[in-house]
Amino acid sequence: MRTLNKIALLAVAFLLAIGVVGCQPKAGPVTIHILTMDQAGLKPAEIDQIARDFEALNPDIKVVMEYVGYDYVHDKIVTGMAAKPPAYDAAMIDVIWPDEFIKAGYLLDVTSRVTPDMKANMFPASWNGVTRDGKIYGMPWLMDVKYFMYNKDILQQAGITAPPKTWEELVDQAKIIKQKGLVEFPIIWSWNQKEGVVCDFTVLLFGNGGAFLDANGKPIFNNEQGVQILTWMKQTVDEGLSNPSSVSSDEGAVETDFLAGKSAFAVNWLFQYSDSNDATKSQIVGKVAFAPMPVFAAGAAAGIQGSSVDGSSSFAIMATTPYPDQTWKFLSYLASNEVQIKYSAEMLPAWQNDFQGDALANLLAATPSNPVTVPAFLAQFPYANERPTVAYYNEASAALQLAIQEALTGVKTPKQALDEAAAKWIELAGK
Amino acid sequence: MRIHPLLLVMTANSPSLSKRRLSLRWQDARTAWLLVIPSLVVILGVTLWPIIYTFVLSFFHAPTGINQVRTFVWLGNYIEMVKDQTFWDTIGRTMYFTVVSVGLEMVLGLVIAQLIHSHPWGWQFLRFCLIIPWAVPTIVNGAMWRWIYSADFGALNALLMQLGLIKHYVPWLTLPKMAMPLVILADVWHMMPFVALILQAALATLPVELDEAAAVDGANAFQRFWKIRLPLLRPAILVALIARTVDAFRVFDIVYIITSSGPANKTLTITYLTYLNSFPWGKQGTGAALSFLISIFTISMALIFIRVLYRPEETQ
Amino acid sequence: MMHYGKFFQKLLLFLLTIPVLFFIFFPILWLFSASLSTQVELFAIPMHWIPQHPTLQNYLDIIFPSLATSSVPRTFAVAIMNSIKIASAVTAISIGIGSLAAYALVRIPFRFNRTIQLGIIATRMIPEVSLILPLFIIASSLQLINKPIVLIVTYMSFALPYAIWMMAAFFQTVPIELEDAARIDGCTRLGILFRVVMPISVPGLVSTAMFTFLLAWDEFFYALIFTSTLAAKTAPVAIAEFVGRYAVNINGMMAGGIIAALPPVILALIFQRYIVSGLTAGAVKG
Repeated sequence: MRTLNKIALLAVAFLLAIGVVGCQPKAGPVTIHILTMDQAGLKPAEIDQIARDFEALNPDIKVVMEYVGYDYVHDKIVTGMAAKPPAYDAAMIDVIWPDEFIKAGYLLDVTSRVTPDMKANMFPASWNGVTRDGKIYGMPWLMDVKYFMYNKDILQQAGITAPPKTWEELVDQAKIIKQKGLVEFPIIWSWNQKEGVVCDFTVLLFGNGGAFLDANGKPIFNNEQGVQILTWMKQTVDEGLSNPSSVSSDEGAVETDFLAGKSAFAVNWLFQYSDSNDATKSQIVGKVAFAPMPVFAAGAAAGIQGSSVDGSSSFAIMATTPYPDQTWKFLSYLASNEVQIKYSAEMLPAWQNDFQGDALANLLAATPSNPVTVPAFLAQFPYANERPTVAYYNEASAALQLAIQEALTGVKTPKQALDEAAAKWIELAGK
Repeated sequence: MRIHPLLLVMTANSPSLSKRRLSLRWQDARTAWLLVIPSLVVILGVTLWPIIYTFVLSFFHAPTGINQVRTFVWLGNYIEMVKDQTFWDTIGRTMYFTVVSVGLEMVLGLVIAQLIHSHPWGWQFLRFCLIIPWAVPTIVNGAMWRWIYSADFGALNALLMQLGLIKHYVPWLTLPKMAMPLVILADVWHMMPFVALILQAALATLPVELDEAAAVDGANAFQRFWKIRLPLLRPAILVALIARTVDAFRVFDIVYIITSSGPANKTLTITYLTYLNSFPWGKQGTGAALSFLISIFTISMALIFIRVLYRPEETQ
Repeated sequence: MMHYGKFFQKLLLFLLTIPVLFFIFFPILWLFSASLSTQVELFAIPMHWIPQHPTLQNYLDIIFPSLATSSVPRTFAVAIMNSIKIASAVTAISIGIGSLAAYALVRIPFRFNRTIQLGIIATRMIPEVSLILPLFIIASSLQLINKPIVLIVTYMSFALPYAIWMMAAFFQTVPIELEDAARIDGCTRLGILFRVVMPISVPGLVSTAMFTFLLAWDEFFYALIFTSTLAAKTAPVAIAEFVGRYAVNINGMMAGGIIAALPPVILALIFQRYIVSGLTAGAVKG
């Protein structure tokens, strides 16, 4: 019996403890909680430092940053916002989430808070990701697009003097490289069943003069242009020009393949370039170069000069925050010109004037890779295409990912697969 | 006394109403409650409300968000799922995963347990090493196997090439027919130690005399194993089988890491589909309905196992 | 002759352990090799089974955080400590209160015995992924987010049913005659439990403890959602940080994986001697 008494006592103490622990009152300055991605531009230590600097300037505001990997940010936002009170005052959001979050009532309209200075001097393209129906819902942060990179050495050995301007040229060059036995599969892509394949599809689709939705919001990616590029994708694999492992590769796998010298051409985000000059990761240090993203001959004929996909991230304020002013103050500070210049070695600033005159010279001198990456960014970013800005995007993207995979693995024909995906999009739009 | 089948797994020597025990029955009951209540408080305290919440939610169309309108759709979510071909394909796929991986785990686990039990040289080392695959966190396990299966750099390709079994490196994870078996292999490697160790512990508690008696009676090793040890192991086998089946049916993490349900949904499992609905796609009602559909499947499987495999324990 | 036959049998068994050992070890050795390499080495063709330029850098980054440049390694040691605390608490309490319930459910006839058994098993059938949202809502309204206690209680609700179930099966294999004998000797129900049943079931209890520990140790999704700061972050969450936005730091992750596998393995090593045969034999004879 004594043991049982002990157990009962323990249980009661247990429950009491939970109660006590849960009921501590909060006091002190205003505290704002911000969720952000790990490894997005600046390192957590650097963002923490910015937060401390901000707190020094604003003693009545305390900033608590939380860092998670990209894959989990969306889930943390959803669960965080379900709590009462919601867990976050602001969060970093991917360019494909605003529509969904606006519909869910998460995002605060900050149009009136954006100063004319910001509007005018930050890259116009960077506002695309956060503006819907003329209203602005966030502060641009990290701009990124997919770039076309190639291995200078391999091209040289193949006797190719200039990188391809069209995808058709790419195929020709790839054939030459393959024939000469320089690499087995000259091109590597991120076509696995994740968002990355839709990014690549976006690059190719717009480069062929195609689009996801027409003016009425109806899916047209299954039209002639769309089917052509999916067929082209499969063909390059069948002909042994695109690495068959592309079908199970994500951007990381593309990088490992490219940096091991196993492919001549790779489409990827900016990180691949900086890693290419890191000897602990790359076997082709100093051999990587940028070229403008190719387009299809048909697209060029239709007037398409360039095509890429927008993969930026921005900070958005949650509509439920009790401290919108303080939060906006911090975000403005975070994204301010002064702060961004200070850390420009880690992340390209969002301010256009940093790319002009003296500022440009400074920017180019900030890191060894900037002289190469900055011009590449300036050349490619204006052509960044957005993926469909619909609230049901995640589910729509999943359907498209499936369709592309089915076509690539030969389960369905490209037309069949895309038609089914388009049908699914129409169904989703109707709900 | 009607005994519910599900209980049979636990109540081997079903508490019967023999005279000797009847007199202590009332006092016993009070003790029983005292023994059971702490566990009940914890389990029900934590899971009761969430389960009810999820159950109720499954009858609504409930998009994620603040102040979102929730429309009551009664069985709408369930019917929508049951009419969806993807749902049934996914169930089939998950069954395939479950049957093969649990089957392999049980067989391997039994063989290894018996092996350890026979105390060959270095058996302690073997049992110690057995824990390592199980102790490696699932994420690491997934990442490791994903790399092993890598088309250009993976150990699998390197090994097969060096053994002369393949001429070119094969992009394993892109092959629709190979993807699931490879995920199964990764899971079997990870979880087989669990089965092996449970069975080994059970073997260790078996009375040695029975075995010795049988040996004296002239039974050889195989007969001793099949006719004596195996039946006595039934409770432990049943526990391992049900535990693994229920968990295998709900597999998620390892698929997420190795293939993210690809290629072309060939490794999409039912819990993954539930996750997709509840989180990225923001359809809480559908997610909730899927959860309960999953529960129906797992409970049915557990019941079937008990029906088929349970025998009243052979007492000594 | 008999002696020779036994030797042959042992040899045969030993030979059988080799493929098993290979199956277990091949990936582990690879894991270990990867943790000692740099990323560049990992891409070597043909594959380097043993790293040509082995480095301890991956481990150093984790164990001596001040040398690291990213936030990931800095938090790893703390995360491991959190995991140890949480998993130990979950295991100890689960075995503690679970064994009581298991015994009662298997051996004591009382009203609702069946219902309770059914209920306990049923709670385990729902995927955890589905319960996380309502649990998060409760936890955050009780302001328990980021506190280890929330994970302990949540994990217990998962682990307890399994623990009860497993221990019940082990208790079941204890011959009822022993209990009857003790009762005749004047033992109370609790006395039987603590003096007869538990000692014999030690191998089963230890196995259940290992299972519970590993269940709590390996859990990821709840730890991810319920914690964000160092106060309660666990090992799997820390390991997930090796997964960058696009690229995975494989070498670091493998090193982290080995370190994260150590505590359960060491614990198993320590408690190994409790899973021995012959306990039952002694009890019956004595």
